Parts: sequence; C-alpha cells; structure tokens
Amino acid sequence: MADMQVDVAIIGAGPAGVAAGIGAREAGAKDVLVLERDWDLGGILQQCIHPGFGLHTFKEELTGPEYMHRWVVRAREAGVTFLTNSMVFKLDEDGSLWVMNPERGVFKVTAKATVLAMGCRERPLGAINVPGSRPAGIFTAGTAQRFVNMEGYMPGHRTVVLGSGDIGLIMARRLVWEGARVEGVFELMPWAGGLRRNIAQCLNDYDIPFYLSHTVTRVHGKDRLEGVSVAEVDENRQVLDGTERFIGCDCLLLAVGLIPENELSRMAGVEIHPVTGGPVLNEFYQTSRPSIFAAGNVVIVYDLADWVSQEGVAAGRNAALYAAGALKEPLRRIDIRGGANVRLFSPQYVTAGEDVTVYFRVLRPIEKRCRVFADRGLFERKHRYVRPGEMNEIRLKAEALQALPRSVTTITIDAEEV
Amino acid sequence: MEERILSMICVSCPVGCDLKVQARGKEVVSVEGHSCPRGVDFAKAEVANPTRVFATTVRVAGGKLPVCPVRSRQAVPKERLDDISREVARLTVPAPVTIGQIIVGDVCGTGVDIVATRDLAAEEERS
Repeated sequence: MADMQVDVAIIGAGPAGVAAGIGAREAGAKDVLVLERDWDLGGILQQCIHPGFGLHTFKEELTGPEYMHRWVVRAREAGVTFLTNSMVFKLDEDGSLWVMNPERGVFKVTAKATVLAMGCRERPLGAINVPGSRPAGIFTAGTAQRFVNMEGYMPGHRTVVLGSGDIGLIMARRLVWEGARVEGVFELMPWAGGLRRNIAQCLNDYDIPFYLSHTVTRVHGKDRLEGVSVAEVDENRQVLDGTERFIGCDCLLLAVGLIPENELSRMAGVEIHPVTGGPVLNEFYQTSRPSIFAAGNVVIVYDLADWVSQEGVAAGRNAALYAAGALKEPLRRIDIRGGANVRLFSPQYVTAGEDVTVYFRVLRPIEKRCRVFADRGLFERKHRYVRPGEMNEIRLKAEALQALPRSVTTITIDAEEV
Repeated sequence: MEERILSMICVSCPVGCDLKVQARGKEVVSVEGHSCPRGVDFAKAEVANPTRVFATTVRVAGGKLPVCPVRSRQAVPKERLDDISREVARLTVPAPVTIGQIIVGDVCGTGVDIVATRDLAAEEERS
C-alpha cells in the first residue's frame, strides 16, 4: 500500500476523534483522516446503549449510538475521511503514523499535524490486588457491556460489582433487565465514584444494595467464579475484623477506574503527566511535541461525552491551524497548580493565547456551600457541593491572563468551603 | 389526605439534584433542592406516575452483530418496564436495521414505540 500524506491525522473515531475531524475541516484543513481500529465508527459509545448523552450538544438525551450517529453524519458532511479496521501501531516524534489494515497492509501516514483521540481503558483486576484464585467470570464492566450490548452474551447470572464508576452502575441495571441477579455494588471509598443520578436510576430503582467503604477481599472458585468475600473497611481502607462475609456469585464486574490510553503518545516522546496519565497540554490542546494535539479521555477522563466532543472540535481546529502555520505563538507560559483539594486537572499550563476551560476533580467531597476558584481573582463560582465523581470547570480569559504581571508564572486552582 | 416528605435524586440531567418533595396523595405540594424547573417536573412525575426511558437490545438475524440496541422513543411508566422488557426479549428482527426504525409499535399498549438506536448492516455487506 502506498503511503499517505494528509494535513491532519486523527487516531480514534470515538467522540473526541470524530469531533476533531469536524474541527479540523471547519478550520480549513483539506485532507483530514481519522483512523479507527474497529470495523465501525463511534468508539466505546456504540456499546453505551443507555440514554444520557448529548444534553449540552443537542439539547436532548440520546443513547451513545444515537449521539455518535449524529456526529458521524456531521463529520461526513464536513468532508472528513474515515479509515476503519486500521490499527495505528507506531507514532513517530513528528506525528507520522504507522498503520496496519487487512486490505492495505502496513503503510505510513505523514501528517502536518496529528490529534491523539485514543480514549481510555479500564483498570483490570491485576491493578487492584485482590487475593484468591483467577477463575472465569471476572470482567471489567466495559467488557461485560460490550458482551451484553453488542455481542449478545451474558457474562453471568449472579453478579457482584466492585467499584461504583458509572459503567458499573449502568451495567448493574442492564444485567437486571437481562434477567440476572445483582447482589450489590461495593465501593472502597466512603463516597460514590459515579454520578448521583446513576445511583438513583440504576441502583435505587431496582433495589440493588450499595455498600460504601466496602471491598472484595477474596475471589473464590477454581474454573468458574463461585463467590467473593466482601468486607467493610476503615478510614484508612483497612479491612475491619469480623465484617468479612461470603457472597455466592458467578460473575464479578470491576468498575474501579479508567486510565488514559497513551502507548502511542509515549512512543512519540509526548510528555505524560504522572497524575492524569495523559499528555501535558496547553490551552490549544497541544502536547510537548508541537505537531501533536490531544483531546478527550486520552487526556483526562471526563464524565460527559459532550465535553469530550467539545474538546475534540477545539483540538482538531488547532491542529488544522498548526498544519497551516497559523497557530498563535505562545505569549508566555503560566503553569497551573492544583490546590489542597485538587486530585487532577487539565490543561497543565496556559500561554494566554486563548480563553480556556480548566477541568479538574476534587480529592474529597465538600457537601456544603463552597467555591471553585483560580487565584488572583481570575475565576470564582459558588457551588452547593463538589464531589470526586463530578468534574469541575474553571474558565480563564486570555485577556485576564495577558494582563497578569510578567512575574506571575503559576496560578492555583482549588475548591474550598465558604 | 396525609402529607408525606419524600427524598429523591432528580435524574433529568447529570447534575443529580437532591430533592425534598412534599406530597399529598399524587399531588406535589412543594419541592426543594432543585436548581432548574426540570426538577419540579421530575418530582411531579415521580409522585404521580414515575417514568423512565427504556434501553435494551433486540436479537437480529443475519446482521453484522447478533443484537441491535433499541430504546423507547419517550419515557414509559416505570411499572411497565418489566412487561416491556419481556416483550422486546421475545423478538428477532431481520437485518439490515436502520436507526429510528420502529421495532415494536405501541409497546404493551403504552402508546410508545420501541425504536432502533443504530444502523446495523446485514452480514454480507461487510465493508
């Protein structure tokens, strides 16, 4: 297969990548190519068949496949080229990609700018150190979601869910509809990982027990899972003596966190942030390799697909501007620093070139009136609460950043009680 | 009629407001804790006739995938979800399926259609 040359190449046709394609075309890039390893477009949202997507973008609640259908139609109208069954297996420092495709074989794509839109992966059992055997019947919630919603398989009939991330909550409800029994959702932390409404509509609606400060302490079974031991934990997440009990089940689902997928980014020498696990970005969604941009869950894991798409459009637009030599030169560098109650945030620094929304998650919930702010009077908004499961926004104006004295090289963001 | 105070989480949007709802029979007397008008609508529906949008899959014959995702076009009464789920589980739909295609019209007499939420090509149409 002949090598290809494009203006903007995008890796991944999920919400970030499809939107990046639109953003790049709308900003004037001629050849915009999106590479997708699956046979279909849409990424993980194709398996998210529940409603809840697109309230911000389309002013109505769509299912994942419907949401992506609309974006893909828009992308095709915008003149974006898609190549499916195409696995990017190597990314060079200049953003060139090496691709494998069953019809075209191995070929190289040279791009003036590249957008990383690979999304994220689920933390597997190996990441959480649960003692016991390793029988069949243990799945990440997303794998089970693909089995049930796309492949037509049931992962089990009596299920325990460890972790309260949104996919785990959604799958608890989904499995009930498919006739399974869900014994409970067990969360290590004293607060829920997922959105409040998913606790309400996925667990409470179906009387599925929800245990905070609990964990799975042992896996039982030889070939097939026979049950798990669960126990309560103290504030230091240590198992409390005498609270351990056995629950019979043939299926354990894990909803214990998502990690940005950055193997390709690392190959290209893109600087990865140690806490987010995603590329270090500026407000243009530009990585430490100037021709490489990034958007969506490959950067930081969002709650809402709308934000992913929005970031995709912006990253695609900036990649197109870069490809045309028209992206603004950085005026200065101001690093963003997370305060005492900030777990992670993105972007990591700003150059005062463009208005920017900094997204961040808190370490601990504040269940009373509080403020989310950037220091030096750059931003403040009052909230009724902040919770680790819900992303917060800080909006910074380019003008206000430009007006800061040159001696200012950091700004701090945080959430605190008022 | 006796007044009740109900606690509920509004599921109208991802914010998930904690609502405190004062109700008399199937009537809402007052709502606290909402941050937009949808919270009041949600509380009224929860007290009078709770509804949910239902999403599941339906079996497909000869498709690129063995199942196709479907949903109720509008919210349906919560108490009918079990019936609707059984009704949809009995079906097998031939491929190809088009997004928006009606899979079951007026499901279980609710007046609401079950529609496909994606395009699904027939198996031989592999691209």
